[in-house]
Amino acid sequence: MTVLDQARESGEVPLLEARHVKKYFPIRKGVLQREVGRVHAVDDVSFAVREGETLGLVGESGCGKSTLGRTLVRLLEPTDGEIIFQGKPIQSLGVRRLRPLRREMQMVFQDPYASLNPRKRVGTIVSDPMRIHDLGNRAEQKRRVGEILETVGLSPEHYNRFPHEFSGGQRQRIGIARALALRPKLIIADEPVSALDVSIQSQMLNLLEDLQNEFQLTYIFIAHDLGVVRHVSDRIAVMYLGKIVELSPAEELYTRPIMPYTEALLSAVPIPDPDLAEKRERIVLEGDVPSPINPPSGCRFHPRCRYATDVCKQVEPPLVDYGNGHLAACHHPLNVDEATLRRVEVAERHSPAEADDSALPQDSSGSSDPAFSSTHDTHSR
Amino acid sequence: MLLVLLAVSFIVYFIFIVIPGGDPAQRIAGKVATQANILAIRKKLGLDQSFIVQWYDLVKALFTAKLVSYSNQTNVVDQIKQGLPATFSLAIGAGIIWFGFGVLVGTISAVTAGRISDRAITALALIGISMPVAWLGLILRFFLAGDGGSGVSWFPDGGYVPLSANPAQWFYHLILPWLTLAVLFIGFYGRVLRSNILDTINEDFVRTAKAKGLSSRRILVKHVLRASLIPIVTLFGLDFASVLGGGAIITETVYNLHGVGWYAAQSIASEDLPPLMGVTLFGAMFIVVFSLLVDIAYAYLDPRIRLS
Amino acid sequence: MAERLLEVKDLNVKFATEDGIVQAVDGISFDLERGKVLGIVGESGSGKSVTAMTLMGLTRGINARFDGEVLYKGTDLLQVSDRDMQNYRGNELGIIFQDPMTSLNPVYRIGEQIAEAIQAHENVGKRAARARTIELLRQVGIPNPESRVDDFPHQFSGGMRQRAMIAMALSCNPSILIADEPTTALDVTIQAQIVELVSRLKDDFDSAVIFITHDLGVIADIADEIIVMYAGRVVERGSKRDVFYDPQMPYTWGLLGSIPRLDRPRPERLHTIEGSPPSLINPPEGCKFRPRCPHAFDRCMQEPGLENRVETPGHLDRCWLDVDYKREHRDETISGGSTEAA
Repeated sequence: MTVLDQARESGEVPLLEARHVKKYFPIRKGVLQREVGRVHAVDDVSFAVREGETLGLVGESGCGKSTLGRTLVRLLEPTDGEIIFQGKPIQSLGVRRLRPLRREMQMVFQDPYASLNPRKRVGTIVSDPMRIHDLGNRAEQKRRVGEILETVGLSPEHYNRFPHEFSGGQRQRIGIARALALRPKLIIADEPVSALDVSIQSQMLNLLEDLQNEFQLTYIFIAHDLGVVRHVSDRIAVMYLGKIVELSPAEELYTRPIMPYTEALLSAVPIPDPDLAEKRERIVLEGDVPSPINPPSGCRFHPRCRYATDVCKQVEPPLVDYGNGHLAACHHPLNVDEATLRRVEVAERHSPAEADDSALPQDSSGSSDPAFSSTHDTHSR
Repeated sequence: MLLVLLAVSFIVYFIFIVIPGGDPAQRIAGKVATQANILAIRKKLGLDQSFIVQWYDLVKALFTAKLVSYSNQTNVVDQIKQGLPATFSLAIGAGIIWFGFGVLVGTISAVTAGRISDRAITALALIGISMPVAWLGLILRFFLAGDGGSGVSWFPDGGYVPLSANPAQWFYHLILPWLTLAVLFIGFYGRVLRSNILDTINEDFVRTAKAKGLSSRRILVKHVLRASLIPIVTLFGLDFASVLGGGAIITETVYNLHGVGWYAAQSIASEDLPPLMGVTLFGAMFIVVFSLLVDIAYAYLDPRIRLS
Repeated sequence: MAERLLEVKDLNVKFATEDGIVQAVDGISFDLERGKVLGIVGESGSGKSVTAMTLMGLTRGINARFDGEVLYKGTDLLQVSDRDMQNYRGNELGIIFQDPMTSLNPVYRIGEQIAEAIQAHENVGKRAARARTIELLRQVGIPNPESRVDDFPHQFSGGMRQRAMIAMALSCNPSILIADEPTTALDVTIQAQIVELVSRLKDDFDSAVIFITHDLGVIADIADEIIVMYAGRVVERGSKRDVFYDPQMPYTWGLLGSIPRLDRPRPERLHTIEGSPPSLINPPEGCKFRPRCPHAFDRCMQEPGLENRVETPGHLDRCWLDVDYKREHRDETISGGSTEAA
């Protein structure tokens, strides 16, 4: 929260902003490769990440969180929308102009086995990015690799080893070292710990936290497990079928989830305490995430939602601000008091079209910034 | 597909033009030809035209089956047709042998990996792969056929007897060519399949098959071989196509089988462009057709491709 | 007393590798009764999966050596011939694996693969096997089993594939279902479904379950007894309540403390078990956990035996520390955070 408060006061531009980002994958069939449909992997997503904060991005597989992560760093081309990095739109930059930006944004991937080239030595894996971006001469690069390896908890002597000589956790450290090599500002970590043992997971989460403090990093942390995300995030966005359905300061999401989907996700996180586990009500989500080719009408979560009514089938709920930077898209919000509810309803009626934009910070002319949590509602003015 | 064939014809033509001593007019006119003589022949063959026009004429003649050889004025398409029975007989027989034995050898070697049988097969396969076909052909002829000089004459010494004329003799005459051609492929396929199988055996789904309590034979045939054969099918499709299309030049020549490959060898020797062009395009056509067949077979073998 | 299905006595599994002899499982013993769920917990390399595979006879090979006994209804499975073992696999013991995508053969239909398991053990026709397959798919909660039976694995979602694997493992009504990290590759939401399914099917099929995981949180619901493994050895063993509420082994504390918990305030830092699991070729002297244990002292250079050191019978551990000392100090590790202290 402190980070966010500072942000509001200084009126800084966010490090990364997504405005109405869409990523559709065409489905082609037949000899002529006719387009017969589209996978709506990311469907109109807007949010902002402030320098130095960690935004958690949570959802089940197939919700588009990984696609969104890759689209943000332009590993995938967005179908539509704007991606603004350090105040500059980057969604349509060419390869050449994108290259300096690649230094600033790095990714850490889920599978520490598949994402490291098995034929390259650790030193080469970590120094490659420096070589590609022409940073320093060979000796400097080598010295720097040694430093980075130490920073991530490996030893400089590992320079000449191959990835297969390391355990899963150590490999993930190598992956992090590679991402750090260029001293990026933003790291997008795509399920960085879900392939690891719990004991190693916690090492990795602590390491990511230390690195953030040491290098003033900004993280977008993608995961399916709300338990893991809680430990690293300042704010958390919950995604479902290509859309952000709830965006909230981290602790508030756990104490006061508004969207029933978030409630269900929370109830699925295992609790290592037999008595509590037995006592608590587990909301089992029936079935799987529906196909993003033909997403359900209205609220996309309605077929699996236990609170769903007719309106949920027909009208897509906008993402509205329930105060304190807590946004949610739901017709039947949970944990919201009467007063807030009334205020939100008024706001919606006044400017329904803008409602979705509430996840975005206003332009610099605007005095407040709902994406960074504003207590007064911009729409009610 | 047509584009591929045209491109191939163009490349062949280009190579032929740029190699030294390739001027057909000069060759036809003979060693003591006068300049006027050569010019006349050039004009007659259309060789005085521009590069592109010449190529176009050649390809047009080929596709309308009117192309004739420079050296002996025979129709190229007819010549290729005459070579078909020998070439097809050779290719189909050898194909069956090399595919069958390749699979057998590869499977045995993988199943017994690390044991003596595997090592023996590996050694034999390497010998098979590294033996030049021409050399192997001549050695087999020398020791086993006709009156090559060894005194053993279990097999006829080359030549081709049409299947329609005498099936037994057809078979008898083809045994050595089949083996000669197949040896290289058996060794090669065996090695590829062995490593495929050894990879597949470690797949999780093979572990699942074991955990179901299937017999090891069923696991091998239904789960391991099926997956391991997929890459082999590609190899086979393309190799078989090239042999069908007259690619077995050496074998056909060594055993004096007057097939398409033999015809190609003759044309190369006399630097005769039209037949070469014909044979190359004939071969390319098989490659193109078989790549298509391979793709179809793939879709059958791997449902992930079929449905995506 | 319930029927005792499995008795593992002093099981040792060694593999000869290029680097030396790997002592993957080092003298473990446990029993399993019908209707019970045994949880085996440990990090990768602790020998928990090798134990499971050995029960199924899947670790047999020229470089493997076994000692001890694996008595299934009185028959020592280690002594059974390869051919006879086939009849146990799938029929008496079923197993599901971590990654349901790679564990199913991509080129055969889901139904074919399940029917194949049925026909391997029972003399039934194709149509009967198919009907049974559809019924099994229904039992594991696949919607429209009549049409989904003809799907290929890639047409199923991750959770459905694991359900199909469970259907396959249960197809011949085995007495023991071994679940080897069945939820690790799945989303949390699906994890919960799978755990619940396994626990329900255990009752429907009147079998016993061995549930292997690296995450104690996953089995808090369903395990009856828990074995904690480290470096091929059992380091703690007891009822679920013993292990969760009175853990005696600092390693168990570490496992509990590493889990990010939603039922407690967020700590400043998560607890970690520093370092990585030891080499199984040259294991450390004395207590195997000593190099990573913050409480280690002189005596730990000698390996403690697996003994009952607390009031509850049947609760065994391998730790020299004084029980009272442990009860006083373990919460620092388990609740992980420094926030608790404040």
